[in-house]
Amino acid sequence: MAENIVTLFQWLVFLGISLTCIFASIMVISNKNPVHCALWMVLTFLATAGLYVMLHSTFIAIVQVTVYAGAIMMLILFVIMLLNLDVELRGKLKFVYSKAIGGFLAVLLMLGIFYAVITRALKGGSGSFTPEEVSAIGSAKAVGEVLFTDYLLPFEVASLLLVTGIVGAVILSKRRESREE
Amino acid sequence: MTIPTVPPSCYLVLGAILFTIGVIGALTRRNAIVVFMSIELMLNSVNVSFITISRFLNSPHGNMFVFFIFAVAAAEAAVGLAIFVQLYRSRETINVDEINLMKW
Repeated sequence: MAENIVTLFQWLVFLGISLTCIFASIMVISNKNPVHCALWMVLTFLATAGLYVMLHSTFIAIVQVTVYAGAIMMLILFVIMLLNLDVELRGKLKFVYSKAIGGFLAVLLMLGIFYAVITRALKGGSGSFTPEEVSAIGSAKAVGEVLFTDYLLPFEVASLLLVTGIVGAVILSKRRESREE
Repeated sequence: MTIPTVPPSCYLVLGAILFTIGVIGALTRRNAIVVFMSIELMLNSVNVSFITISRFLNSPHGNMFVFFIFAVAAAEAAVGLAIFVQLYRSRETINVDEINLMKW
């Protein structure tokens, strides 16, 4: 009986989080004002972080909140603030046939994914990363142990990628005044 | 009678729904920043699938992939938004229908 209550609670949390996620992401793509879109996006990311906690990946959930909902969305909000989008705010969201066709194809893609997900069970060997073990040593330690042994080279390549991103952003946003002279 | 726990297919279906919403947003919106946010939405839904499969196969590799997707998304956000600012400086708009110089 006690287990039933735990599972029921899990279902309720899952349904609440997934409905929040779906509603917030629909608001992201249907809102006219980009600032409102960005704020709904933050809600989507926070709800997804809750989903990661339910799946015993607490480290990834924290990184999601700090990196995605914090850093990336702040960057997007700053850029929206820098650009003057009044003209685009005044226009209406237009309905075009190409958009309807695109949406229809996207829904077909979704049905395809549904079919693949529901008819096939998860295959593959079960690893040693069980929830009990993860909660015993902590999610961050479990992730870190794999990250700095098996995934050391991809980790270094990711640092290279981030440096390239920083340099690229600086070069792109620099005013090219010397060339115009 | 015991209630079954949330099966992995529920999480994967949620990921598929979020991905589709992202695709529809990227196809139908004309504001470049909203298109960019839709792409982030798609990345996020793929992360949900990765974490789900990682949890139900008891493997840490899905978590690693999500970690690297975070790094890629951060670099992509920095470079992409710099491009938007530069485009706005030269064209005074970020409507993707009007930015068609590179279209064949």
